[in-house]
Amino acid sequence: MLKDITLGQFFPGKSILHRLDPRMKIVLSILYIVVIFLCKNLAAFAFITLFTAAMVVLSGISLRTILKGIKPLIFILAFTAIYNLFFYGGDRLLVKLGFIEIYYEGAMYAVAMVVRIVCLLVGSSVLLTYTTSPIMLTDGLERLLSPLSKLKLPVHEFSMMMTIALRFIPTLIEETDKIMNAQKARGSDFSSGSLVRRAKALIPILIPLFISSFRRAGDLAVAMECRCYRGGNGRTKMTQLHLSFRDFAMLFVILLCGAAVLLINRFVPGFSL
Amino acid sequence: MTDYLISVKDLSFTYPESEDAHREHPVLNHISLDIERGSFVCILGHNGSGKSTLAKLLNMILTPTSGQILIDGKDITDPQMTEEDIFEVRRSIGLVFQNPDNQLVATVVEEDVAFGPENLGIPPAEIRERVDNALRAVGMTEYAGHSPHQLSGGQKQRVAIAGLIAMLPKCIIFDESTAMLDPQGRKEVMNTIGMLNREKGITVLHITHNMDEAVAADRVIVINEGEIYLDGTPRQVFSEIDKLNAAGLDVPQVTALFAELRQCGFGLPADILSEEEGAELLASALT
Repeated sequence: MLKDITLGQFFPGKSILHRLDPRMKIVLSILYIVVIFLCKNLAAFAFITLFTAAMVVLSGISLRTILKGIKPLIFILAFTAIYNLFFYGGDRLLVKLGFIEIYYEGAMYAVAMVVRIVCLLVGSSVLLTYTTSPIMLTDGLERLLSPLSKLKLPVHEFSMMMTIALRFIPTLIEETDKIMNAQKARGSDFSSGSLVRRAKALIPILIPLFISSFRRAGDLAVAMECRCYRGGNGRTKMTQLHLSFRDFAMLFVILLCGAAVLLINRFVPGFSL
Repeated sequence: MTDYLISVKDLSFTYPESEDAHREHPVLNHISLDIERGSFVCILGHNGSGKSTLAKLLNMILTPTSGQILIDGKDITDPQMTEEDIFEVRRSIGLVFQNPDNQLVATVVEEDVAFGPENLGIPPAEIRERVDNALRAVGMTEYAGHSPHQLSGGQKQRVAIAGLIAMLPKCIIFDESTAMLDPQGRKEVMNTIGMLNREKGITVLHITHNMDEAVAADRVIVINEGEIYLDGTPRQVFSEIDKLNAAGLDVPQVTALFAELRQCGFGLPADILSEEEGAELLASALT
């Protein structure tokens, strides 16, 4: 049962988005988010939606996966839409139902906000989480932030912690399964009773899990020391990251997209935020 | 003069500040032993006999209370040792632990093998080469891109061994590395250990409970109560059945069988180690 949990949201593939340098992907994601927030009018939002759709196609991730990713946000999206629709004032009244007044501006604002949130989520997951393995992401982050280690920020240590956490998640899941089975064999019941009761039933699982994690941590620390680990100083890396033509091509595309949005904001008439 | 890789002289160790009073007595008590370069030595002893402590002392995870350890002629108990010297000792004396899960660091097999050389600051191209060679040596090349949790226990131990080989050690100490494995994994690891010793000339110190594994060694050392109890070839050591039993250790099944037959008055030798050998002797005795 616990084995079905997928780690992160990574979907292996060979698309151009998969093959980009992770450092570049992090930079691109930030730029992409900036571009979304630059959008001011409906035409610009339409443009960024198209752009996002194009990225989805490029990534080769199925539409179903993307929709699944949006699903948990439905409540927030609905709330945003309704809130803006009913409470955003303006001067072009569309509908009046008793005390409820819906303005043209409110309707536009609601659409814009929903599009913004959806693009933000879909775009950044297609660029980063769906197409980058967690280990690449950690690696990219470490190298991108490595200048900060000059300011005595423990960048290497954080990335090491991330790597170890990722390494041990499957191990701990396996162990949880084992402990749960052991407790079940002794007659414990995790699936019935009130919420409080079920939460209490988890204690005999968590405590052994905690203790064994500490033991594992101790063992691992000694093993790492035996393999000459002494932090990030003087450490080299086997895999080297290289920025290639496609990385710069993608950067150019995003910058172009940003420029297009600015132009649309300025020259295409219509409702503006 | 014989070429010793490891020389231990009058070594004692007591765990500092231990809370239980009964641990106050030394874990290792004035031990002296020499390990020849390129040999395959098995260290036997029941739980708490101090054999794992010895392993940790040899690669400087622990510091001896008194005595001297020479690795390749260099005194590692010298207080003048710099950090560089300590890491050099840890590089040349690799340690493989019992639990295969708790010694792999990275999420991908080849990244894990690269961990040691990366710590040594070796240039990337050379790390790549060492990793490929190490994986080939333990027969795990096809698993290079796998994640450790997809592997069996024996495979994980082989990855851990590859991680040490990539650091080009002189000696590898196996601290009960086969204890948690199933028979198949045990066989894989034992074959790998034998290969390393024979083909790569790596000195092997194999700490184990399993008597059948000890038979394969050049030399068997039995540690009991922190002291060296027996030391010799497997044949010499396993013929001392009474002494071994007194130390809480068994002998291989065949050896035990022959000992009982001798007690019943059959004129059979005491130093039988392999089942084939035993079967032949029995057959010739019966005809």
